[in-house]
Amino acid sequence: MSTTAKSAFWQGVRDGFPFMLVVAPFGLLFGVVGSEAGLSLLEVMSFSVLVIAGSAQFTAVQLMIEEAPTIIVVLTALAVNLRMAMYSASLAPHLGRAPIWQRAVIAYFMVDQTYALSQTKYDENPSWPISTKVSYFIGAMAPVCPFWYIATLLGAVIGSAIPPEYALDFAIPITFLALVAPALRTLPHVIAAFVSGVMALVFIGLPFSLNIIVAAIIAMLVGAQAEVFLSKRTST
Amino acid sequence: MIPDGTPIWPVIILLGIGTFFFRFSFLALVGERELPEWVLRHLRYTAVAVMPALITPLVFFPPATNGELDPARLAAAAVTLGVGVTTKNVLWAVISGAATLYGLLWLLG
Repeated sequence: MSTTAKSAFWQGVRDGFPFMLVVAPFGLLFGVVGSEAGLSLLEVMSFSVLVIAGSAQFTAVQLMIEEAPTIIVVLTALAVNLRMAMYSASLAPHLGRAPIWQRAVIAYFMVDQTYALSQTKYDENPSWPISTKVSYFIGAMAPVCPFWYIATLLGAVIGSAIPPEYALDFAIPITFLALVAPALRTLPHVIAAFVSGVMALVFIGLPFSLNIIVAAIIAMLVGAQAEVFLSKRTST
Repeated sequence: MIPDGTPIWPVIILLGIGTFFFRFSFLALVGERELPEWVLRHLRYTAVAVMPALITPLVFFPPATNGELDPARLAAAAVTLGVGVTTKNVLWAVISGAATLYGLLWLLG
């Protein structure tokens, strides 16, 4: 049984389609929050096109509102995106031999949804030729990423019409809580999240919003240690 | 509001370049080489390590109420987290949280 590049593309489109429902509201919300925060249409759109990573974009906007120095804004938002390096590493065995320009395109469109779909599909079909794997990725991207741009644009246009007194200050906390909740799938994840929140309060007196990075580093170390500790306990 | 004079373009451009660098990193290096397990183990926790740190202070000391603990915002946060954990559905969590926030803001006037 062989899967052609063309049929793999359409499989990707079908698998990616449901994620439109997740991506569109977040794009919309980013557009609204960004323009409410005072970003111009061009700036909001540049965020979504150049960064395409909702959580990091929200992080950057929130920290700019809090008047954190540029370097802290960038470093904290990048920390949110560190997981992309992990995605890159885990797709490399499957796509590492594709032409460099194709790998660059894939890298640009590597978001949570396209990564998760492709990784699952490649694990099921390790013998697919590279071109088929690339086609599947592009198919999975097609219903997801363009909608991110369109939704952002819509949100930015709507946002510029919403008066600022609508308690949108809380859009980012609600969004992040909603994103973090399903990620709490193992005990180490729960521990890491808890430590992160507590440490951010403990170090709240640090200047330049540094409490976030300090809390994140501690939480990451604690999460990883908890994983080691718990797996040792279950294996003995 | 982001204060006037905040350098926004440097943030967008540096964040764009840095994020692309992460995404391209191992794909660019070609090949089967794998990250050591201890690195992967730490990377697994980056998202849950950063996001709660960013929002916890905002939940307990919202700038909109000048850092005063606010029942509506606190309840909205609790509902969002609760619905998110039980349904694993991001969208429902956001909708429930927003409904709680605006419902309570309206009730408490």
